[in-house]
Amino acid sequence: MSRTVGLTGNEAIAYAAKQSNIDVVAAYPITPQTIMVEAFSEYVHNGEVHTEFVCVESEHSAMSACIGASLTGARVFTASSSQGLALMHEMLYIASGLRCPIVMGVANRALSAPINIHGDHSDMMGSRDCGWIQIYAENVQEAYDWTLQAFRIAEDMKVLLPVAVNIDGWALSFSMERVEVLEDEEVEKLLTTRKPYITIDTEKPITVGALCFTDYYFEVKRQQVEALSESTGVIEAVAKEYEDLSGERYGLIDTYGVEDAEAGILCLGSTAGTAKAVAKNLRSKGKKVAVIKPWVYRPFPTEEIARATENIKALAVLDKACSFGAPYGALCSDVMALLHQNGKELKVFNGIYGLGGRDITPFDVESVFEEALETARTGDIKEPLKFIGVRE
Amino acid sequence: MVRLKELPTAELFTSGHRLCAGCGAGTIARMTLKALRGPTVIVNATGCLEVSSTVYPYTSWKVPWVHIAFENAAAVASGIEAAYKALARRNAWEKPVDIIAFAGDGGTFDIGIQAVSGALERGHDFLYICYDNEAYMNTGIQRSGATPHGAATTTSPAGRVIPGKPEFKKDFIGICAAHGIAYAATASPAYWNDYITKVQKGLDAKGPAVVHVFSPCPVGMRHDSDKSMEMARLAVQTRYWPVYEVEKGIYKLNIKVPTPKPVIEFLKLQGRFAHLFQPKFQQEIEVLQHWVDENWRRITSLCKEQ
Repeated sequence: MSRTVGLTGNEAIAYAAKQSNIDVVAAYPITPQTIMVEAFSEYVHNGEVHTEFVCVESEHSAMSACIGASLTGARVFTASSSQGLALMHEMLYIASGLRCPIVMGVANRALSAPINIHGDHSDMMGSRDCGWIQIYAENVQEAYDWTLQAFRIAEDMKVLLPVAVNIDGWALSFSMERVEVLEDEEVEKLLTTRKPYITIDTEKPITVGALCFTDYYFEVKRQQVEALSESTGVIEAVAKEYEDLSGERYGLIDTYGVEDAEAGILCLGSTAGTAKAVAKNLRSKGKKVAVIKPWVYRPFPTEEIARATENIKALAVLDKACSFGAPYGALCSDVMALLHQNGKELKVFNGIYGLGGRDITPFDVESVFEEALETARTGDIKEPLKFIGVRE
Repeated sequence: MVRLKELPTAELFTSGHRLCAGCGAGTIARMTLKALRGPTVIVNATGCLEVSSTVYPYTSWKVPWVHIAFENAAAVASGIEAAYKALARRNAWEKPVDIIAFAGDGGTFDIGIQAVSGALERGHDFLYICYDNEAYMNTGIQRSGATPHGAATTTSPAGRVIPGKPEFKKDFIGICAAHGIAYAATASPAYWNDYITKVQKGLDAKGPAVVHVFSPCPVGMRHDSDKSMEMARLAVQTRYWPVYEVEKGIYKLNIKVPTPKPVIEFLKLQGRFAHLFQPKFQQEIEVLQHWVDENWRRITSLCKEQ
């Protein structure tokens, strides 16, 4: 049973968090995430949740308090964006290293300088190697659905890792959409209270965060790699369970038209929605194009992307962040690595777009599709790395 | 004040740790754990005490102990306190738990001051103990906001032109007291019963409490390792380290020093001040003595002492 409501991306994540029986929220305001924190504060101050809200003095302290609370056995939620995420960068690694199943809503925003409050993926991409499971939602419905699933994935004994649910700042954080939300009783079927593996119990004292030198550190990190790898199966299992409950289908990647496509676009988040609309239009004109949208960016869905690109001859990978000095954007580099590993002859080119919230229009996307189709026909890549929508 | 026979014989901070001989932090940790009143969680900022007491797979702590990072012991303590509150609210936890955060002067005066201020302002019920050895001793004796004027450190060396640290020590307890917390105090491990009593008072206080304790460091202050407690006593007896408490805003001097020794008696035991005994820098000893006199006058005036 679900109910239709109008929610912004921020409100949808806050509402899902409210339904998730959270013990502790420690968070700090930053545009465009602020409404997530404000909405949750209202639940606390109106007595709608049992949650202890720690209104910290910085994002660094937010994640520090979250780690402390998570180690105590609490279910913990926080939210951040941009400079705030950058400030908690140090703590992100500790959250995953200490295996804290914290869930964080991230409203993606550009990084300074120059200061800019609009959406791009520079913030999360800057922390992409922090050991967190990283999910990108395409729309507000997905933001809600993934937040509920995130707690189950994070707290699974095979995983025990933090999860970031990303929404495009502004495009999703502030846009109100029609959302099907589950009743609280339905959510309870998915999520009861957290059952931690081990906590800082005063009856059974343990030492957490000990010093590991050359003799143990590497093994601890290797286990994290293993946990991230294990999480793919857990994500798929939770998605299946969630589909049974809500009717919404999820997994590691989402695809449109890959079965018979000649060319495609691979991108994260809300841009995939634009790409699907454009692809549909092009397909009505007989142009065989596809869209591949990884829902999960970390762990990177290698096998799924390899399968989805089996029939495609040319692929444009769109990055909404710049890896300065690298040959390609981070997403494109990952795609190229997996295709090379699989011996694929697929032609790939990279488009950097949307920095600082620069709009990517359906016209822009259509020209990328046309270029990919042209590459599929000729086998020639016109521009391996292009910047879409910038004044040169 | 607490008496020796009232202290538990159990050692919750065990031997076998790797702190240096004569290190004040080990003594302080051991005494602190003799002041516990019930289930207690320790949060430890990165620093000497942390790296020396928990070299995996060993630990010196027989109580739950958490280390996250350098600058955030107060924030981590906030999260743990919040978690116990929330767990109690949904009947998943019953007993009251005390939380003690340990941090050095670098993790407190400098990089951790924001997290300390935030936690004090929010009113979390925990005790913050700053063991102050007056420099970043763990990373190799760099100056901090707690390093006294004139002290030579590796980043404020005794140069040919600049004789050690030009600046003066921060008033940390003044900063804490300004948050309006229930209890803040200074202490010295040489006066063990005063220190342990203060830990107990800090735990009993409602909301956040702070104890700022002098911690001798033979390596960084460069004194003989068998002189640590003598150093800690001299710090008080020269009025260099006034021992007082601020209870609900009321200052009280706990150790009166009617006939102080000159600060030079404290300085001459320590290699970090050796350069001040050269003729061309000797005026710096006067500067330090003046700072001690002024600080004592300020503190005793707040304590309404003559």
